[in-house]
Amino acid sequence: MSKGYFQPEDLKKFGEITEFQEELGTKFFEYYGAVFEEGALTAREKSLIALAVAHTVACPYCIDAYSSTCLSKGADEEQMMEAVHVAAAIKSGATLVNSVQMMNHVKKKLM
Amino acid sequence: MAIKQRTQTLKRSQNKLNDTFLQLKVLSEAEQRVDGFQPFADKISDLTDAGITPSGIDIFQINIGKLCNQTCAHCHVDAGPDRKEENMDRETLEICLDIIKTHQIPTVDITGGAPEMNPHFRWFVEECTMAGATVMNRCNLTIIEAHKKYADLPEFFAEHGVHVVSSLPYFSKTRTDSQRGSGVFNDSIAALKKLNAVGYGIDGSGLALDLVYNPSGAFLPGGQEELEKEFKSQLKRRYDIDFNNLFVITNLPISRFLDYLIETDNYENYMDELVNAFNPATVQGLMCRNTISVSWDGYMYDCDFNQMLDLKVQAPGVHIKDFNKKELMERKIVVANHCYGCTAGAGSSCGGEIA
Repeated sequence: MSKGYFQPEDLKKFGEITEFQEELGTKFFEYYGAVFEEGALTAREKSLIALAVAHTVACPYCIDAYSSTCLSKGADEEQMMEAVHVAAAIKSGATLVNSVQMMNHVKKKLM
Repeated sequence: MAIKQRTQTLKRSQNKLNDTFLQLKVLSEAEQRVDGFQPFADKISDLTDAGITPSGIDIFQINIGKLCNQTCAHCHVDAGPDRKEENMDRETLEICLDIIKTHQIPTVDITGGAPEMNPHFRWFVEECTMAGATVMNRCNLTIIEAHKKYADLPEFFAEHGVHVVSSLPYFSKTRTDSQRGSGVFNDSIAALKKLNAVGYGIDGSGLALDLVYNPSGAFLPGGQEELEKEFKSQLKRRYDIDFNNLFVITNLPISRFLDYLIETDNYENYMDELVNAFNPATVQGLMCRNTISVSWDGYMYDCDFNQMLDLKVQAPGVHIKDFNKKELMERKIVVANHCYGCTAGAGSSCGGEIA
């Protein structure tokens, strides 16, 4: 049977991207680590944002990772689903707001 | 309110994991089932030739019995309402008391089961406090609501200055009841209000009320400080409840939690997460280094988890009748793969994070 493209165990190999380009990979992971440290936002709030973004970019690795992280950081199911709804609202809103352009165009064309 | 039990004890359901030998076998099989899994004993040998050694006997932790009014899904003791036989008798408690007095052990940590269900519980607490020890009682909260004979426990605890440590896995009903049984959350909130009413958790009262958080599922806990802030804010906002500290504890893969991991196909992933989160900085602060754990029948262990796996202390005398502080201080702590639970991330002990 053929394997799918997404292999959950590949997430553990994320750190290995430095194998092909060490300097940039290392810089990325330093930045990544710093972003998720507690700052003006708590680590839990950042995890919820990451979970929402993971859904909009449809990254299964990120969804697995940040579902676990959100649980660990003490987020509950309702907060996690609300975060995804925020992402969904922005995504659908972004689609719909473009309809203003469509409306403008149509109104210009029509008598 | 009556609690609808979440599950049965392994003993009652005649689950094969009731056999501690089988639990140890499953734990050792992690070495084959998880890629790159290094046995815990080898991990420690890489750090120190001496292994894990005691730093003192500051805490005398007594598992006073397995009888409990709850049957929580993650319980490492396999406690429950059917465990009526395994309860410490007066004679064994008197030997414990003698050791506490003779060696001036500063802290007596009473756990169970629901410790308050042992008929000698109140007498023992009174004796320990008269001997000058600080008594820490691991109260499941719902026992206060379980029967009128326990309703005055908050006043009893306050009178004797007992340090109350209580499990509350989450500040929501769904998550709490899914781990501890239907009805547990509401009873826990009612009990916390009664503890607050006599001064527990209130600034300046001198009565300590700490809560214990452990994850309701196959994931590792996050940082203690952030979770404590969240618990404090949510419990205050939703229920006007105060407490002192939140202890974050990792679920160790033994007993009912091990059964849950296997049944839900989470065992390998969980062990993998524990190993990947190994933090050498936790080893110095492990609770097994300054604790002796005593079982209901008087045997001694390095910790409550080793007790449940029947891994007795590695010393000439393994029963409290043969308690010898010098020999115990010369022992090596017994380890197995479940110990990864205490060294993951910021570490885990009965007092929460350790690193």
